[in-house]
Amino acid sequence: MNTDNKGTSSRREFVRNSSLIAGGVLAAPLFSKANYFSGADDTIKIALVGAGGRGTGAAIQALKTKQNVKLVAVADAFKDRLESCLKSMSQVEEIDSKRIDVPADRQFVGFDGYLKAIPLADVVILATPPGFRPLHFEAAVKLGKHVFMEKPVATDPAGINKVLATAQLAKQRKLNVVVGLQRHYQNSYRELFKRKDLIGDIVSSQCWWDGDGVWVRPRQEGQTEMEYQMRNWYYFNWLCGDHITEQHVHNIDVINWFKGAYPIKAQGMGGREVRTGKEYGEIFDHHFVEFHYPDGTILNSQCRHQPKTMSKVDELLVGTKGKIFAGAANIVDHKGKVIYQFDKQKENDPYQTEHDELFAAIAKGEFKFSDAENGARSTMTSILGRMATYSGQVIELDKALASNIDLQPKEYSWTAAPSILPNADGFYPVAVPGITTYA
Amino acid sequence: MGVVAADKAKKPDELPNRKLNIEAFWMGAFEITHDIFDVFFRDENTSVGSEVDAVTRPTPQYIDLSWGMGKSGGYPVNSMSQDAALMFCRWLYKKTGVFYRLPNEAEWEYACRAGSTAIYPFGDNPKELGKYAWYKSNSKNKYQKVGQKQPNAWGLYDMLGNVSEWTLDQYDEKYLEKQADGGEPVVIPPGKRYPRSVRGGSFHDDADQLRSSSRQHSAADWNKRDPQIPRSRWWLTDAMFVGFRVIRPLKQPTAEEAEAFYNRYLKEN
Repeated sequence: MNTDNKGTSSRREFVRNSSLIAGGVLAAPLFSKANYFSGADDTIKIALVGAGGRGTGAAIQALKTKQNVKLVAVADAFKDRLESCLKSMSQVEEIDSKRIDVPADRQFVGFDGYLKAIPLADVVILATPPGFRPLHFEAAVKLGKHVFMEKPVATDPAGINKVLATAQLAKQRKLNVVVGLQRHYQNSYRELFKRKDLIGDIVSSQCWWDGDGVWVRPRQEGQTEMEYQMRNWYYFNWLCGDHITEQHVHNIDVINWFKGAYPIKAQGMGGREVRTGKEYGEIFDHHFVEFHYPDGTILNSQCRHQPKTMSKVDELLVGTKGKIFAGAANIVDHKGKVIYQFDKQKENDPYQTEHDELFAAIAKGEFKFSDAENGARSTMTSILGRMATYSGQVIELDKALASNIDLQPKEYSWTAAPSILPNADGFYPVAVPGITTYA
Repeated sequence: MGVVAADKAKKPDELPNRKLNIEAFWMGAFEITHDIFDVFFRDENTSVGSEVDAVTRPTPQYIDLSWGMGKSGGYPVNSMSQDAALMFCRWLYKKTGVFYRLPNEAEWEYACRAGSTAIYPFGDNPKELGKYAWYKSNSKNKYQKVGQKQPNAWGLYDMLGNVSEWTLDQYDEKYLEKQADGGEPVVIPPGKRYPRSVRGGSFHDDADQLRSSSRQHSAADWNKRDPQIPRSRWWLTDAMFVGFRVIRPLKQPTAEEAEAFYNRYLKEN
């Protein structure tokens, strides 16, 4: 029963939208009440867009929730990835096999698979490489779907602007959106956040994602350039955004969250020192960025992909009265006394909690989650950092957003040219501080 | 092995106690450290995460799974799966020609007790535990460099506490029931990825989990924060407390037997 305008609505409300897809994504008509279910019973139908390791993981988490959920469609650019996803899911013992209902005619391979999968669902899981996220998020929200989407939510300012606009639309339409910045759903971070005033005013902060780096999938004979880049998406900015965006956004976002603000400018340094081969595309292997918040305080952020160097993934907030150590999950005063310690035995699986809370809200007809705007703004912080390290200049947020820089190719197809191409020796152009500009 | 009659903290899976014949072996005096494990982990002559090579290295850690507790300089390596620990043994065999493996539960407890039939190798009084082990009361929530506490009677350090240690066995609640007095240890064969047996307790456990007979095991939630599916074969996101040490049986297997052993344990599952 819809009782008021607080964002609740009948769980059996019926919305018909399957006819709205013809010719591409059309805006679904705006109903006066939120669109929670498309089915006549209480089954919540899920479509997965992006069936790699993380998408498969997210779908499994969705299917493990208590609600009456069913995966009805899967889309991926690659047939082999889609098939291995379905195989992996079928092997998860805790999931009732009736919850996986994806026959061949609801398996959509190719760049446009999302257009076919999204209309079939109530909730859409978006887990492709992040370059596609703005496009997919817009499609899902215009069709009135609730969304779980992985971080980062874009790779360029144009994508951020699209996600910000779509986030507003999702709010207006009371569509729940959860973004996979899972520290927001992790017990230790939630408990630290509740107690952040113990350290007084936050005057400085640091964060790290220093590690070894990720996989390479060697070029195969007969592969088009587009297919090669899609297989090795991590190394191309239009798809990945560089590791400062793809991974380090987690840590930057924690600082933004605890600060309650977003940096307005950035400057920093970075480059490729170790990971210099052609198989590593165009991204840097290290970035060190000084982010400036509106109150004049600074976040020093570092991320590195260099094997055999110190590895650390963590956040530190320094306040007038003490420090918050996120990894140690404690709060320490300036004399070194631990004034709060989270019991790590009480840590949860935040990836599961994201879905547990999202699907519980949807089943109750509640509008509870609107993570997209923060997801976009924290992603933009990381992009700002990348623009700073690539150029060696001070980059201002407003100007960066207004630039609307768009790294996406003109066309998504296996034969289309990506926006970055290798030279005759197979090397890709790499940003050079002092020469690369964003004027 | 098994429970001591006077032990008030005993659990059903520690019963009944058994007297087994253990074949001779050497055991590492210390838990394997990051420094040692890294010689394998960083061995550029060995493939990474191969599905076809017999010996392959673990894939890189997605995040730092030492969790800032310390790496080089003698800290125990941690957060690895039983597969990763056994792959280290296989790599060591390939490098040295000497067969190494994880101890089975009976071997582990035999070595831990070092002839003692008390609750702990040094006696029954948990108040003395701090002289021998890093555990909840003295570890400050992290593992410590190996070999700093007193060893047991046979010179083995940190058998109790610091990091829990992988054994070879699939965990079976009825392990002791399946053993026969006077017989050789019955090793529970490898089955599903979970639960596998670990022994000794760790830096975050209470004294009762450090008793010589205490048995613990892995579970799916040891890797709950691995966001990828399939989950890593090599690393555990939520088992910062687990490590291992190796043994070298006196009677070495033939090359065929050694290969068969590693193949049996290191088939993907």
